[in-house]
Formats: sequence, structure tokens, C-alpha cells
Amino acid sequence: MKAETNLQKILARGTFAVTCEINPPRGTKVDAVRENAAGFKGKVDAVNVSDNATASVRMSSWAVSKILLDAGIEPVLHMVTRDRNRIALQSDLLGASALGIQNVLCLTGDHPARGDHPEAKKVFDLDAVQWIAAVKQIRDQGTLMNGEKISGDPGFFIGAVANPFVRSLELHILRLQKKIVAGAEFIQTQPVLDMEHFKAWLNQAIAEGLTDRCPIIAGVIALKSAAIAEDLRHSVPGMMIPDSVIERLSAVPEDQQLDEGIKMCVEKIQTLRETGGVGGVHIRAPGCEEKLPEIVEKAGLLPRPDVS
Amino acid sequence: MTTEQFEPEIIAFCCEYCSYAAADLAGSIRMSYPPNIKVILVPCSGRVDPVYLLHALEQGADGVYVTGCMEGDCHFLTGNLKAKKRVAYVRKMLDEIGIEQDRVQMFNIAASDAPEFARVAKMMTEKIRALGPNPMKKNVPSRPAQGISGP
Amino acid sequence: MIIAEHKPMKELLAMIEGFNNILMVGCKGCVTVCNAGGSKEVAILSAALRIARRRQDKPVTIDEFTLDRQCEPEFISWLDEQVKKKKYDAIMSLACSIGPQYIAEAFETVVVLPGLNTGFMGGTIEHGIWGEFCAGCGDCVIQDFGGLCPITRCAKGLLNGPCSGSVDGKCEVNKDMDCIWELIYERMKNLGQVDRLAEMIGAKDWSTSLSGGPRKIIREDLTL
Repeated sequence: MKAETNLQKILARGTFAVTCEINPPRGTKVDAVRENAAGFKGKVDAVNVSDNATASVRMSSWAVSKILLDAGIEPVLHMVTRDRNRIALQSDLLGASALGIQNVLCLTGDHPARGDHPEAKKVFDLDAVQWIAAVKQIRDQGTLMNGEKISGDPGFFIGAVANPFVRSLELHILRLQKKIVAGAEFIQTQPVLDMEHFKAWLNQAIAEGLTDRCPIIAGVIALKSAAIAEDLRHSVPGMMIPDSVIERLSAVPEDQQLDEGIKMCVEKIQTLRETGGVGGVHIRAPGCEEKLPEIVEKAGLLPRPDVS
Repeated sequence: MTTEQFEPEIIAFCCEYCSYAAADLAGSIRMSYPPNIKVILVPCSGRVDPVYLLHALEQGADGVYVTGCMEGDCHFLTGNLKAKKRVAYVRKMLDEIGIEQDRVQMFNIAASDAPEFARVAKMMTEKIRALGPNPMKKNVPSRPAQGISGP
Repeated sequence: MIIAEHKPMKELLAMIEGFNNILMVGCKGCVTVCNAGGSKEVAILSAALRIARRRQDKPVTIDEFTLDRQCEPEFISWLDEQVKKKKYDAIMSLACSIGPQYIAEAFETVVVLPGLNTGFMGGTIEHGIWGEFCAGCGDCVIQDFGGLCPITRCAKGLLNGPCSGSVDGKCEVNKDMDCIWELIYERMKNLGQVDRLAEMIGAKDWSTSLSGGPRKIIREDLTL
């Protein structure tokens, strides 16, 4: 069954989409999740829920996605292949579907060596491309990876990620293409801070006709402070933060750095809106998720269309 | 036994092309160095295997050192560089098993540098004297445990 | 070959605590090549352990012997006579883990200790440096990757790599490690096979690997 999620309909109409991301709590207290959820309502088209991001234990992505659903927010469930084999992945997918979750972002995940439990055994039974194909098979053919029929007719809107800031452009574009062929219906990228580099990647994707088949939602990030920016650079794989960004933040007194970070984020959103081939923005605000509504408003992205 | 009376027994593996020549020269020009040093001639310091250093200590030597050519001048090109690494390896191992690292050392001595040979000999004698006798002196076997015979 | 290295001295000493009459057995196979457990290493480690124990006033006898290989029951049987005669209370094997296991099976009443940490299947990169090249998945498909193995050499074992963490051609886990997918890409360019990188490699059947349990290979034509 084809899903008809809010995010899907917005992208299908060609409207510039807005998504944001939250990290589940390291514990069982979900008050902050509920509070932020209340703030997101009507401000974004969907909210991504990460899956043990940076290989560090957090509350499960599907649990927090359900909490968001209950609060009237449409979640995008992240599913990494790092921790669960194909049995557990398919199982969790079916469970998520039963709970009403339909947007699924399929990714490989950061390596355990970089996380808070480096001694854990890595799984990676599947990689992102294979998992995308498996989700598509479950949705379109109603069968598990082994060909057995499932009960029910789950609908999924399948997403994948791409990192535009890589060395071998051709190699990464081929991988992007593989994901789309396997079934990816939207792409979210790592935060764009270096427009030149991003444009080189985007233009290649456009040239290969990939943006026609699959909308690309460019990532943006609100950096709370120069210190946080410096830390993210080293702790998050694939995060590319140029020196100019750190310099701009450092030039401002500490108590004003958050505002500067928000300003930079808003500027970036506006630039991306004017860039051909970009289907939307995916906003991250690590440590300042409560500022997301403000960012969306300042970037002139409100009101969000009602496509129900 | 007090430290003043303790006369260390020190083995020195000296390479033929440089340091042994220096030792010879020291002898020829009547430059004295302590009799505590027992010189063993090797064709190159790179001939010294870590097991020689360990066996020397196991058989009761209070100290053992290797002398090779100046770096860059080794007759066999890299023998002295290999010896340097092996000596470092043995020193680390000694540290891990509770024996003073400084009982094993390496020096680079040019063929003509008799004074340096004598200086090193004197320095090592005093250094080992200060460290005291080999901690295993009480239970010195006549030779290390032998391998068993194969088929 | 199998690459291993000797356990730290502290651990070896803790292992032989309480044993006074030990046989240390080396191996002339892989562990000789990677300087971990050949006759030289047996001489070095046994001397060091004897020195250490005498330093502690708890002398130990460590006899030394090196077999052609320890992964062959027939070679292990060469130890029979000596083990019976000398009545060792422990045998320390300096072979890869297969050695101590074979010795344990042959001498049921003698404690067997592994002197090495067995690492991986690999080869020489340069003198003194060995790297892992094969994970023993049981179904080799390196021809799909220009002759390189991503299961072993990609930190995440991706068959459809690279991942988003591959930055500047280096692996996200270790900046000193090349991203194998960049190397696979270069090779496939040289082979004129880049278009193959656009085809998805399907999910792997891991049942041929250790995942399916310890494996056996049987050659019916060679069994008697």
C-alpha cells in the first residue's frame, strides 16, 4: 500500500518541505520530547527521530516516534542497520507500522567504535541500500525478505540519507542512484554549511536526473555556540563544519552565539530555497530544539500547508 | 654485600667494524677501562638477537649492552638500526617483568673513538654498580632450560 | 596466514601462576612468519618468564620446543613421550588458538594455556606490520569489488558502500584507515567496471560464515 503521509503529499505537490530532527532521551523521561512536540505542531511537515545516533544508547526511535504521533506530530522513523539483523529490522518495521508510523528513513548508521559502547558487537547484517530494498518489498509485494507473505498491507514512505561532502563525487552519486533505484522516495542530507561543495554534488545529481525521481531535502543546522560547533566537527561522522562558520560564531560574545547560530541557519535556509533542485530543508538544532519554531518562522516558511 | 664491594659483571656485544675496533684501539693506546666488561665480538650489532640479552641476564650478568656503528655508518647498512629496536623491545619487556630497564642499553661508537668506548665502559660499570647485583643472582642455573629433542 | 601476537607479559605471568613445570611449544607455521610464536619467540618469552619468576623468588622450569605446525594431530603426537616423561603441569602454546586446542585434546590431563592472542587472517604489509584481509565469510565475491574485500576492509562491512562517514577518502572509524570503497572505486575505474557500482549487491547469506556455527570442509575424494 502506498503511504499518503503528510511529508509525502507536501513533496508530491512540489511544495518546499520542512522537516526537523530530535534525538531521543538517554533514559526514560520523555517530558522534553512532549514539550518540544507541542512546539513543533504546525511548524514542520514531519519530525525525524534518530536511532541511537552516533552509536550511543538512546530510547528507541520507534518508541519516541509513537510519542510524537500521539502528540499529533508526524514522525520520520530512523532505522539503522548497525545494531539489528534482518530478522529484528523487519520485525521492528512491522511493529512500527502497526503503531501508525509510516515515514521510514533507512540508513547504515555510525560505527560502534565512535559511540558510547565501543565494545559492542557490530551487526550490519544489511546495509542501507539492501534495507531500502527490503522495506520496498514488504510494502509493494507484501512479502518479507525470504519471500513469505505477511498479513496486513502496510504503507511506507521510504527515505534515505546522502552526504554531499565527499571526495569521489561519481562514487557517491552512484550510491545515491542505487538508493533511489532500490526504493528511496526522499533523501535528507547532512547539514549544508559549504554551499560550493553542496552545489557540486547537487548539480551532478540533477544532471543524472536523480532530483526528478526523488526530492532532495537539504540539511541545515543551528549551531548553539562555537564550542558546540567545534565538538560536533570531531564527534559526529560526516559532519563538515568549515572554519569560517566557527570564526563567525567565535567573533560574537558567548551569550549571543545562539542567536548568531540561528541567524546563520535562517540565512542558509533562504539560500537553499532559491537553489534549484532542492526540495526542502531538514533542520537540526542540537541542544536547542526549542528554537526550531523560531527558526522556521524567521525563515519565512510558515504557515505550513494543510494537505489532509 | 655492600655496593662498594659489588663488582658488576657486564657483557658487551661489540660489532666488528666499529665498536670492537674502538675497543681494540683503546687497548693498543693503553687507555684503561674497567675489567668488569666482558666483550663478545659480533660481525654486526644487527646480529644480536633479543634472546642473547635475556639469556645473559638469566645466566647472571648484572648488565648487558650492545655497541654498534654510528647511525648511517653501519657496515651492513641497517644492522645498528635493527639492534636499536631490539634493545628497546627487550628494555620494555624487562620493565614489564620487574627488572630495571637500564641493565640493558645500546650505544653507537665509531671505530676510531677509543675514548668513547672507555667512557661507556666506565659509565655502565658505575651505573650497574648503583643498580646492584642482578636480582636473580641467588638462583643462577648453569645453563638455561634446554629444548626437548624432537623426532 | 593467521596473524597473532603474544599476550602482554602481565597476563602471561598471571596465567602461569601456580605452575612450576611448563612446556612452551612454538609453531613453524604462520606465527613464525609474523614473529609471534616461532622458535625464536619461544626462546625470548620463556627466558623472560623464567627471569620474571626468579625475580619473584618462585622459579619455574620452562622447556622449549617448536613443532612444524600445531594444527596437525600427527605433529602434536611428537610431544607424547616428553610430556609423559617430564610430567608438565602446564603446556603453553605459542601457536594460534588452534594449537592449544589441539594440544588440549591430545593431553586431557594437562592444563593448556594460550600464549598468544590470535588476531585475524591477513598478510604482510611491510616488515613488522601485518593487516587483516579476509574475514572468512565462506562465499568469496571479491571479483565484484575489483579484487578487494569490503566485508573485511570496510569497517561496516558494506556491500553497497561507501557510507556517509567516508570523508577525504578515510574511514570514519580511524583516520589512518583508507576508505576501502574509495580504493574499490579506483580499481574498478582501472578495470573499466564503474558501471557495475550502480547495481545493488543483494543482502549477503551469512550462513556460510561463522554466523552459522563452526564450519567444516570435507573432501570426500580425500577421506579414506
